[in-house]
Amino acid sequence: MKFSIYRYNPEKDDKPYMQDYEVTLQPTDRMLLDAILRIKAMDDSLGLRKSCREGVCGSDGMNINGKNGLACITPLKDLKEPVVLRPLPGLPVIRDLIVDMSQFFKQYHSIKPYLVNDNPPPQKERLQTPEDREELNGLYECVLCACCSTSCPSFWWNPDKFVGPAALLQAYRFIADTRDEATSERLDNLEDPYRLFRCHTIMNCADVCPKGLNPTEAIGKIKEQMVKRMV
Amino acid sequence: MVNRIVVGAHYGLRDWLLQRISAIVMAVYSVAILLCLLPRLPLTFDEWHAWFAHPVVKIGTLLFMFSLLLHAWVGVRDIFMDYVKPFGLRLGLQVLVILVLVVYALWAIALLWSV
Repeated sequence: MKFSIYRYNPEKDDKPYMQDYEVTLQPTDRMLLDAILRIKAMDDSLGLRKSCREGVCGSDGMNINGKNGLACITPLKDLKEPVVLRPLPGLPVIRDLIVDMSQFFKQYHSIKPYLVNDNPPPQKERLQTPEDREELNGLYECVLCACCSTSCPSFWWNPDKFVGPAALLQAYRFIADTRDEATSERLDNLEDPYRLFRCHTIMNCADVCPKGLNPTEAIGKIKEQMVKRMV
Repeated sequence: MVNRIVVGAHYGLRDWLLQRISAIVMAVYSVAILLCLLPRLPLTFDEWHAWFAHPVVKIGTLLFMFSLLLHAWVGVRDIFMDYVKPFGLRLGLQVLVILVLVVYALWAIALLWSV
């Protein structure tokens, strides 16, 4: 199978270049990550992140034939050859397919991604009704792979100011959580022309999410809560 | 001055809502005017004149114009926020656009009320 992979080692290369590889696959190679690891066995200078190899850790996010995704859950049979692999767009490249995620995590931390509840915790746990719990489905599953935020033009133009789809999905995860008591502060924190309202609903995020989540919908629900609060 | 990244202007919802509401007003006006005018085409100058002299049409058209200008303001400002990075230039462009849109608004009023 033919591959064309983005290579850049800032210590050695003046500028990035694409390197072609041809690799013989074994019958057990089902996912893109399997093929990349075969390439890595041929050329150990290729840099990439990976860990769980089953779409849970979110570390092997990359741009696959022009669309962001997780290599470990992208079936090889669906890919057109040569498979063009590039690092996630919009973030600084550390080496080859490895990007610097600092900005992404800075935005994630800015939404306080933890439960805020100052009441003393009960003996066992803070309970929710099944209906309230239902609202968290499609939110908590996010693995923070950054495929969505790095496919969002608003995040490309303003990564330092726009929170981005991944962190906004998490923001709504806590706004929607009935056990959280900081809803108003969370909405205050997001009511900003840059932090939330750079989203122009183009839905690249929902299109690429490897977990099938819909950040655009969550962003819409945050706006809905704000309208509800205002009128 | 140190170069700090500052956010937290605490506005945005009103503009976002305004853009949606103005879009609805424009859509309703456009459909209404087409439905009213299409069956009567072709219109003579006197018919056009009488049509736009009607107060309901005048107010409706003015409402459409204001919606258009407000909608344009939010859209153009969004483009500046995305693409114009030096904030002095951004402010200058925004002021310029506001002035132009106000001129358009006054012009629209003058036109509609001259009929």
